[in-house]
Amino acid sequence: MTTGWTNPLRDPDDRRMPRIAGPSGMVLFGVTGDLARKKVMPAIYDLANRGLLPPGFSLVGYARRDWADQDFAQIVHDSVRAHARTEFREEVWRQLAEGLRFVQGDFSDDAAFEKLRRTIEELDEVRGTGGNHAFYLSIPPKFFGDVIDQLEEHGLATPQDGSWRRVVVEKPFGHDLESARELNAVIDRVFPPESVFRIDHYLGKETVQNILAMRFANNLFEPIWNSNYVDHVQITMAEDIGIGGRAGYYDGIGAARDVMQNHLIQLMALVAMEEPVSFDAESLRIEKQKILSSVVLPRRLDLNTARGQYAAGWAGGEKVGGYLEEEDIANTSTTETFASIRLDVETRRWAGVPFYLRTGKRLGRRVTEVAVVFKRAPHLPFSETATEDLSHNTVVFRIQPDEGITMRFGSKVPGTAMEIRDVNMDFAYGGSFTEASPEAYERLILDVLLGDPPLFPQQREVELSWKVLDPILEHWAKQDAAGKSKVEQYRSGHWGPESAHAMLARDGRVWRRP
Amino acid sequence: MIELTDTNSAGIAAEFLRARKKAGSPAMGMVMTLVIVVDEDQAHDAMEAARGASKEHPARVLGVILGDARGKAVINAQVGTGSGWSGETALIRLNGEVVKYPESVVLPLLLPDSPVAAWWPADAPQDPASDPLGALAQRRITDAAAATRVRTKAIHRQCAAYAKGNTDLAWTRLTPWRALLAAALDQHPEKVIGASVTAERISPSADLLVAWLNDRLKVDVDRTNSDGPGITEVVLRTKSGDVSINRPDGKLAAFVSPGQPDRPVALKRRSVPELLAEELRRLDEDDTYAATARRLVKLASK
Repeated sequence: MTTGWTNPLRDPDDRRMPRIAGPSGMVLFGVTGDLARKKVMPAIYDLANRGLLPPGFSLVGYARRDWADQDFAQIVHDSVRAHARTEFREEVWRQLAEGLRFVQGDFSDDAAFEKLRRTIEELDEVRGTGGNHAFYLSIPPKFFGDVIDQLEEHGLATPQDGSWRRVVVEKPFGHDLESARELNAVIDRVFPPESVFRIDHYLGKETVQNILAMRFANNLFEPIWNSNYVDHVQITMAEDIGIGGRAGYYDGIGAARDVMQNHLIQLMALVAMEEPVSFDAESLRIEKQKILSSVVLPRRLDLNTARGQYAAGWAGGEKVGGYLEEEDIANTSTTETFASIRLDVETRRWAGVPFYLRTGKRLGRRVTEVAVVFKRAPHLPFSETATEDLSHNTVVFRIQPDEGITMRFGSKVPGTAMEIRDVNMDFAYGGSFTEASPEAYERLILDVLLGDPPLFPQQREVELSWKVLDPILEHWAKQDAAGKSKVEQYRSGHWGPESAHAMLARDGRVWRRP
Repeated sequence: MIELTDTNSAGIAAEFLRARKKAGSPAMGMVMTLVIVVDEDQAHDAMEAARGASKEHPARVLGVILGDARGKAVINAQVGTGSGWSGETALIRLNGEVVKYPESVVLPLLLPDSPVAAWWPADAPQDPASDPLGALAQRRITDAAAATRVRTKAIHRQCAAYAKGNTDLAWTRLTPWRALLAAALDQHPEKVIGASVTAERISPSADLLVAWLNDRLKVDVDRTNSDGPGITEVVLRTKSGDVSINRPDGKLAAFVSPGQPDRPVALKRRSVPELLAEELRRLDEDDTYAATARRLVKLASK
């Protein structure tokens, strides 16, 4: 945009006007993957349907398949039909379909990348994408290097004056600190940090963003959000399914690397961080980095971590096999499908308040939540029998499913005797709001096109979270090497291994049943 | 649905509470009260539209049907919760003298603290802000395009009577057009030297669009007629050529700008529940609409 020009039709006070991305296109690597078909393509359609994509938006698919443009269009069509959130409308599809292109080739194919460059130039001309393109790498990280090198070599990575080139990558961002740095070095060499968008779809969720709204827009919670009142925090992400067909990806990675490093530690940062100066990307990042760098691990990792593998059994009324019986998993695998750890945050606000993180597959039910558990009242002017059913006051952020907030507190049981028991007060964010609220991917893809980075983790955050996790992973590897304390088998459809329960029992606490 | 005959506000409030307890006291999370002032024949459609909008904004929806103001006051109501509603609903029929005092029925039924929106799906009072029910609300939604009486003048009257919190669905219908026009100028950053809006003969939205463009661009905006549906074309003239968006079929528009290929862009006419949901998203004053309404009045007086 020329400087000095202000669009007279834009007005910051005109808050009804939606944000529409400027002229741009996207190149999708790995079009046949699950993620591309189930999330990315439908999200693009939903954005178009909501009128948030620029006229002329173009999507180029790149894959090894021998396809013509129409074949690719068919794939996108099918995935939109099957997975889009909003209603299918022929006119929206027509708008989108005109901008679909396909380039065939593998990641080392010079001729194909040359064709990709010509395709993009052609799109700039006939669709008016203005030289602005995002490269979405929906491919295994081991291919990042090849693709990024090719993009550079064929002049695809460098924008012309006044336009942009961005790269979008998905987790995993490495499998430990070192590999995360290597991966970043590959991308960093070609794309400047502000052009790299790391997608952690959790951060695009309305309910996750609502944690910040609830904490910093209200006066009700902040005064008690500290070690004077909070006893501990539990962050749970449980799945009721096994690894499914993802053996190749999952084995050797495990629960801690798969979700703890990114989703759970990000959730923890949002719950624990101090108030940012403002809600721009920079201020949020500063606060998150501060909290992540004050995380310390317990001295005795053997007593404060637990891991397990699901065993054969019955889950939710279905007979299921154990992890070691899954296809393509060696029966000597030590990959954990359940992990729980204790972290401490050494700040004035949180000293002495442990954060317990747990995640696992094939647990009791699918649920993600953050529970802030408060201390008991210092003095209870009731008889001991009256408060037997009273436990800790709790505020629970229900991230998914059944999005909302629960508060647990004591209330008198109706009757002549003074009896107090725990009751729940629910705010149901789901059911009502969520039907109309966009998928995380919609929000994130729009943010990429707009160049709006607050919801994307930066390399520094990624490295800090690996710094937290690396010693635990090393400790487990050492245990395995020494043949000591093997990965514990746990009952499918229940809430994880005994050692996880013992870990909290040692601190005089119990896991909530989410 | 529970039918209450010859009841009053307390009777309706008690029924809300009873229905809620019967449903196991679920968390309703209602964020506002929506008062719909409607005729008997439109009541069903209006309540359906509110049901659609209530998915995004859980509300206590009070439909008020004002009957014949003569004779003895009688209040009948249908009260319901759940089953597709994320809130509570009452359709209240007033007859007799109470028709002159509908606010006395509605006031006790407003949710505590929460905001109140009023909506007239068809004919609205001349001055919604001083209407007894409108005065209870901080958002007053009219629909000039749905007026059945003096439709040509409806939007002018609403704009002339503008007060903080008033809004009209004719304005809401324009949001996608306005967003696209703003995006068009982002892509073609050049001074606009003239503009025109083409729409069916009676189109409150087109009148508002003319006023908005005139207000923002400070140029004369021509208004020409077509067979519709709704707005069919908007042209922004610049030195290097015309930027235009034309939508002959009410669904798919063509986006034309100088030196660029023509591009299709979906621009569907939206349904009333969608419009209502957008309207309820913000309950503070819409400054842009206020400026546009002032401009429309000024243009009309020329």
